[in-house]
Amino acid sequence: MRRLLLGSIAPVLFLGVWEMASRTGLLTLESLSRPSDIFIAWYHALLDGSLLIATYQTFEAALLGLAFAAVIGILCGTVLGLLPLVERITGPTIEALRPIPAIAFMPLALMMFGFGVTLEASIVAYACVWPILIVTVAAVRAIEPRLLDVADVLEMPFWKQMWTIILPAAFARINVGLRVAAAISLVVAVTVEIVLNPRGLGYRLTLASQELKIGLMYAQLVWLCVVGYLLNAVLRNVGTGSITLWGSAR
Amino acid sequence: MQAIRKQGVAAQPDASGVPALSIRDLSVSFGAPSAGGLTVLDHINIDVRDGEFLCIVGSSGSGKTTLLRVLAGLFRPTQGEVLFNGQPIAGPSRDRAIIFQDYSKALLPWRTVRGNVALSLEARGIPAGQQDAVIDELLAKMGLRAAKDKFPGQLSGGMQQRVQIARCLAQEPKILLMDEPFGALDAMTRQALQDEILQLAAEKQTTVVFITHDLEEAIYLGDRVAVIGGAPARIVEMIDVDLPRPRNQLTTRENSHFLAHRHRLFELLTRHQSAQHGGIGIASRNGGNG
Repeated sequence: MRRLLLGSIAPVLFLGVWEMASRTGLLTLESLSRPSDIFIAWYHALLDGSLLIATYQTFEAALLGLAFAAVIGILCGTVLGLLPLVERITGPTIEALRPIPAIAFMPLALMMFGFGVTLEASIVAYACVWPILIVTVAAVRAIEPRLLDVADVLEMPFWKQMWTIILPAAFARINVGLRVAAAISLVVAVTVEIVLNPRGLGYRLTLASQELKIGLMYAQLVWLCVVGYLLNAVLRNVGTGSITLWGSAR
Repeated sequence: MQAIRKQGVAAQPDASGVPALSIRDLSVSFGAPSAGGLTVLDHINIDVRDGEFLCIVGSSGSGKTTLLRVLAGLFRPTQGEVLFNGQPIAGPSRDRAIIFQDYSKALLPWRTVRGNVALSLEARGIPAGQQDAVIDELLAKMGLRAAKDKFPGQLSGGMQQRVQIARCLAQEPKILLMDEPFGALDAMTRQALQDEILQLAAEKQTTVVFITHDLEEAIYLGDRVAVIGGAPARIVEMIDVDLPRPRNQLTTRENSHFLAHRHRLFELLTRHQSAQHGGIGIASRNGGNG
């Protein structure tokens, strides 16, 4: 509580000075709104539902892409981590594909999927799959080989080893990759919306700036910051939560 | 000795003389021999009798652990084969449980003591509803009842090793393979676990192959002690331990036969160790005396 109070001193002071400077005419930049206007714009956008719908659209695409990337990344990463030969065969291809900016696939994805959630989610998935894949390969490699010996001696079939040994042992590390990917997913989704896709928070943001609704534009920026923070907090708790769940449930 | 251990127990149905494990002409090399590969085990031949407690001693780096991994089916020998109840070993099997020295690495840190023991039962396909009774019995036997809901990281080394033993017993193996299981434990805990494992083996007539570098431990536990030494390692000697059972930490260790065996094993091992290190051991010892 005390931390929270201390931590809020700087932003409150900053907003106060900003508001005052704007009202007294010290700040006259047209691209700068003032905190009170931003709050009012945010309040109206919240009431008429446009902000929530846009948030839903952005998150829909981001989480869909993230989920797809997680499944592909964890699956492929586990195989690559367990089978060094496969890793050696596919390694150069992966290293060649990885540096392509996901955004560069936008024209191609537009031709394939047209406007809409699929276009966005596919680009998000491409951007997110790499950190998850790389972290999973490393996590699976780092599993204590003794545990795999134990699984072998118990004659566990592969899928059972995967579920009872490999995934729980690697999960703490894979979770780090998932959180990195989650941050990327939001960035990429908003970018695709700003550049191309007429939906979601990114599109609203462009619209507000083109219509010179500066207050609304700022409100959406602050809103993005808040929901991004919340997404990370949720994923962090889901991560540690499922680790303890995995432990205590058995 | 066998007679004493099996006292009051009906004769085994497969007492027809088929060894529980038959190690035949087993050699293990790392890397191609033509390219100067390292040969670790050289033409090992051992028959492990059914119900026997066989100890294998050798200095560190002599290939003991490799041998045990081959017996478990976790490692394929370069040459020769191992027969398990007359059948060649093709891979790992629940019938041959292996207890690793590094117990902290062999337990699942995200599962409780109960969950770790349950792993064997899950692997055997025992439904969740029937697991509790088996687990409770095993935990009581291993003195782990109070630690049931603790995680391995919350337990002492001795307790962790007990968990591993309980998990191995839960797979109901025909053979226990033990790789220096008490090597990292303090003297008191080690002695307690030695007696417990002797009792467990006698109770269930389990065949045990026990690897150690501790000569006294080998003599104390074993029906026979195989000494491996040299580089590459060979069977140097096979000793029948003519000590009465049940064994006792005080009287057995004070028995004149025990001391005689200890004397003989010590001489054998030091001789082969100095041969292995090309006389360096002798040189340094002379230096110390001078």
